[in-house]
Amino acid sequence: MIYPAEKIWDHDRQRRNRKLERAASAMGGTLRDKVVSSEMAVQLLESVIEPGDRVCLEGNNQKQADFLAQALTRVDPAKVNKLHMLQSVLALPEHLDLYESGIAEQVDFSFSGPQGGRLARMVGKGQIRIGAIHTYLELFSRYFIDLTPHVALVAAQSADAQGNLYTGPNTEDTPAIIEATAFKNGIVIAQVNEMVDKVPRVDIPGDWVNFVIPSPRPHYIEPLFTRDPAQISEIQVLMAMMAIKGIYAGYGVQRLNHGIGFDTAAIELLLPTYAESLGLKGKICSHWALNPHPAMIPAIEAGFVKSIHSFGSELGMENYIAARPDVFFTGPDGTMRSNRAFSQAAGHYACDMFIGSTLQIDMEGNSSTATLDRISGFGGASNMGADAAGRRHASPGWLKAGEQRRIHNPGIPRGRKLVVQMVETFREHMHPAFVPRLDAWKLAEFANMPIPPVMIYGDDVTHILTEEGIANLLLCANAEEREQAIRGVAGYTEMGLGRDLRMVENLRDRGVIQRAEDLGIDKRDATRDLLAARSVKDLVRASGGLYQPPVRFRNW
Amino acid sequence: MAMENLKYRFDGGKPISGETAIVGVLGSGNLEVLVEPARLDGACEIEVSTAARGFGTIWQAVMKDFFARHHAGDIRISVNDAGATPAIVSLRLDQAIETFKGNHK
Repeated sequence: MIYPAEKIWDHDRQRRNRKLERAASAMGGTLRDKVVSSEMAVQLLESVIEPGDRVCLEGNNQKQADFLAQALTRVDPAKVNKLHMLQSVLALPEHLDLYESGIAEQVDFSFSGPQGGRLARMVGKGQIRIGAIHTYLELFSRYFIDLTPHVALVAAQSADAQGNLYTGPNTEDTPAIIEATAFKNGIVIAQVNEMVDKVPRVDIPGDWVNFVIPSPRPHYIEPLFTRDPAQISEIQVLMAMMAIKGIYAGYGVQRLNHGIGFDTAAIELLLPTYAESLGLKGKICSHWALNPHPAMIPAIEAGFVKSIHSFGSELGMENYIAARPDVFFTGPDGTMRSNRAFSQAAGHYACDMFIGSTLQIDMEGNSSTATLDRISGFGGASNMGADAAGRRHASPGWLKAGEQRRIHNPGIPRGRKLVVQMVETFREHMHPAFVPRLDAWKLAEFANMPIPPVMIYGDDVTHILTEEGIANLLLCANAEEREQAIRGVAGYTEMGLGRDLRMVENLRDRGVIQRAEDLGIDKRDATRDLLAARSVKDLVRASGGLYQPPVRFRNW
Repeated sequence: MAMENLKYRFDGGKPISGETAIVGVLGSGNLEVLVEPARLDGACEIEVSTAARGFGTIWQAVMKDFFARHHAGDIRISVNDAGATPAIVSLRLDQAIETFKGNHK
């Protein structure tokens, strides 16, 4: 037998080792174990990042590796350029500065949040190339298939000299990023808020981490999931009542995920009051894939909630979470461990319902948060707001939704996830939520995307809930009925005013459309008095003082 | 910015009696509704003053539905709007009528 002796199988490892040798000589005597001083950060990056490398810069929707992001903008573009960036969230100005200087040229990401406007302008000028806009699980998955990072720049709370990391409550994306990088010949660099002799718990083992840099200041965390109950309107209370009575109770929804926003915050604050008065405690909302929303405190205190697994944490909730280990996932040290990849998978496969808001819905029920001048991307809604075709275990709500679908789509018995879009027919400044054509189409044309960026596809949506009522799309016989069901809850928008009155009344008679009165809800009961907390201060009180809201939410 | 003034009159309502009522507040995204008794031969007159211009068609539809819900006559309604959505407008109108009749919850 002839062995191809010249074949080399460890190119990547050799390349990594050369980078590590370069780094060792560049750091010289300043390197202590794995610890690099912050002054040497730029030199470190220049020695381990080669032109064209795929670099994963940890930008989650909460925790940001902001010091490393700034250091990366300061490398010499003659040495480090044409990088292919991988990021779940483009959140900081530095994330886009990289493309203006030529340090980076392509990005694959999920969500662009506050940078969405500038991103759109840069795409228009050809300054940045977007590979694709992903959903979270989709992007994490590609880290293990065809977008494995050569270098990962991550953020942790603390580290020891051996590189063991404590990522704490905001663990978020870190495990997924490091797993993909460390085991495929990549280099992992962590910025940490503090160096300690012994980390409170080992979230990432030290031998998966190459360098640790004590950051001059703690990493930034965005309090993304705090909604001040004082801003919840009576319309949102009314919609929350309809959601609870018409959908949560109707399907016995025990396992669920809520999107971000005041609409769903209103539901959370009605659980211990309105839902309790309907006798629903223990029958709905026991298990959650959810960030630790402060608005959940009254429901948790009332004993509504059995468990919550979280994608990330929320500023100010740390002590409250630590004091409720029966509910939250906490480590032996007492603090929470979040994990975006696992929680997204849990939300997709183990939840019976997703409910969230959107900016635009078309007449097929497709929804999008993309607008012409912003490339906002997708958060977790696309993964959780989709029927899980790979799901096999049954639950009452899942079976009932599946039965309803089979009325007009006969086939072998199977269940169906409930995917609910909850919107007021008009947003602020009279922007209609219902449109003939999503702005996503024009954005796709402008940014040269192969398909319009749809957040949740119409065929995944089961219910659309507005202040005018609930449209159950599972019960529609055909595309025409479906369109009229959507128009029938679209209020005074152009789409709503264009409804076929007779068809809509017929759909209402059949229970496809349900108005508040059809559900036995008196609109006059929809007052803010129903909210279990009417201010942030009420939330603090409900938590027994354990919740410590960020300053911007304190107005007392 | 100049306010837009819109006027509507619906005939053939059932005269209702009550006392002058004001509901709502004039804050951004909200509105103030005043309902007064008026001898209008069973008609309902509505005058809208709104900061958001160009939504006459929607106001017309909202007011038509409001009249269809209550058939309330012999009243004059004044709306002072600061950019409320139709949902809020309908809610405030319903609340105002109930308060006028003296049985608002």
